[in-house]
Amino acid sequence: MDVLLQVLQAVDWPEIGLATLDTLLMLGASLFFTALAGLPLGVLLFLTGPRQLLGQPAVYGAVSFAVNVLRSLPFIILLILMIPVTVKLTGTSLGVAGAIPPLVVATTPFFARLVETALREVDRGIIEAMLATGATTRQVVFWALLPEALPGIIAGLTVTAITLVAYTAMSGVIGGGGLGDLAVRFGYQRFRTDVMVITVVLLLVLVQLLQMAGDRLVHRFSRK
Amino acid sequence: MIRLQGVGKTYHVGSREIAALREVNLEIARGEVFGIIGHSGAGKSTLIRLLNRLEKATTGRIELDGEDLTAMDDTQLRSLRLRVGMIFQHFNLLGSRTVAQNVAIPLRVAGVRDAAAITRRVAELLDLVGLADQGDKYPSQLSGGQKQRVGIARALANDPKVLLCDEATSALDPQTTRSVLDLLLRINEQLGLTIVLITHEMDVVRAICDHVAVLDDGVIVEQGPVSQVFLHPAHPTTRHFVQEAEDLDEGEEREDFARVDGCVVRLSYLGEHVYAPMLAEVARDQGVDFCILSGRVERIKRTPCGQLTLALSGSDASIRGALAQLSGGGVHVDVLRAAPGTQGVN
Repeated sequence: MDVLLQVLQAVDWPEIGLATLDTLLMLGASLFFTALAGLPLGVLLFLTGPRQLLGQPAVYGAVSFAVNVLRSLPFIILLILMIPVTVKLTGTSLGVAGAIPPLVVATTPFFARLVETALREVDRGIIEAMLATGATTRQVVFWALLPEALPGIIAGLTVTAITLVAYTAMSGVIGGGGLGDLAVRFGYQRFRTDVMVITVVLLLVLVQLLQMAGDRLVHRFSRK
Repeated sequence: MIRLQGVGKTYHVGSREIAALREVNLEIARGEVFGIIGHSGAGKSTLIRLLNRLEKATTGRIELDGEDLTAMDDTQLRSLRLRVGMIFQHFNLLGSRTVAQNVAIPLRVAGVRDAAAITRRVAELLDLVGLADQGDKYPSQLSGGQKQRVGIARALANDPKVLLCDEATSALDPQTTRSVLDLLLRINEQLGLTIVLITHEMDVVRAICDHVAVLDDGVIVEQGPVSQVFLHPAHPTTRHFVQEAEDLDEGEEREDFARVDGCVVRLSYLGEHVYAPMLAEVARDQGVDFCILSGRVERIKRTPCGQLTLALSGSDASIRGALAQLSGGGVHVDVLRAAPGTQGVN
């Protein structure tokens, strides 16, 4: 017991608090922009897909290929490749601001695929019924497809958020700030196992909370 | 009101061409209930989807009120679909929306902005289909029959002239089927709505249709008034559907024939003839005896009709006289076995 107390007292808690805040900031901002970009991209993938409403094989092929390319790049490589773009966008490649663009670029294609899958789960009969009333493609998307796929999209966003937590930790390697950064600088480079354990526990709690919140929302919007 | 001329539909699967429909000619009159019956894969789903152009015909001409559907652009198409409602086998309601919101969708599609007007119209429609107090429920809280009623309310929202029914009762139990069919018949009569339905059940056709077309492998093999097609099916596919509905078995029928002497005939009659004491009269007048092998007296839509299989015995002359008297009295006579006493011939 005393040993544990000693360990806890030796930890720089304000530092950990700041790092947690940084992680939450990166997570929140990245998730926001990922949803903003990924949702339309997912809808585009769905609509242009084979035997779907717009059925544009060329567009689908191109977008699908771009998505696959981004998804096959290891995140650590993407982090480095993105540095010039990040500097242009945010003025820095370091810290919270420097981490957000690569995070968004990495998770947007991922989330877009999840949106596409969720939309494909919607019964084709519902689309047909909407078209039979004279609805336009836009009306089918906003009045039927998105509401019907909402639980699936929220579940996808939850998975994306958790992936983002892991990525924020990785961005610590190039000085991204946050809990991952702390784990690398103190836990790894200065052999502070206590800091390492605390950051891991905090990340674990974060992931648990995200999953619980996501599941609750999915349940709330499910009508089946 | 609806006219199809030389309509064909071909699908491309890989490099192969599959003809779903060939040379379909149909004429559907205003205010009638028109049935299209066929086995699964016969092309009936494709055919009904041509009528609101969810599918586009490869060849031929489809007219609704004189307008050619095959030449319509997107704007015309949307205005067409406001005038043609459709209901589905699996209802296809939005699970994330309440009953009232589902019914409101076609109104919003049609551009109705006034929320009060939408609420009023939705209440009217739900009342029409007998779901006045169910507006706030979600589809998952309803039974199959209730879901189809919501489907019907949604299809009727914009006062269409035509209602397309895609196997609308196939997912329902017999009792619910009956009540949904009654509802369709009621709106057909109340609103003067033309109904086109596809089904694989002859009972559905018999219950509410005025005319029927039989679709077999993409071709219409027989069409006409339901009583005509039902009592005198000409094509093997039609006969199959009728037998299925009547639970007739040809083997059992042959067995019956073998056990009786004399001439075997099938009598079919409609309307007023059902109420005439014809058989007793003929037996008395012509001096023949008869024995009823099988028979049914029922209603086709609202028309009573009967079909009896009889064995007649008596002298040749009296049997001829009996058949003549029956024919003269408006009964359709099919002689199934002409020569008397075939049983004894070896």
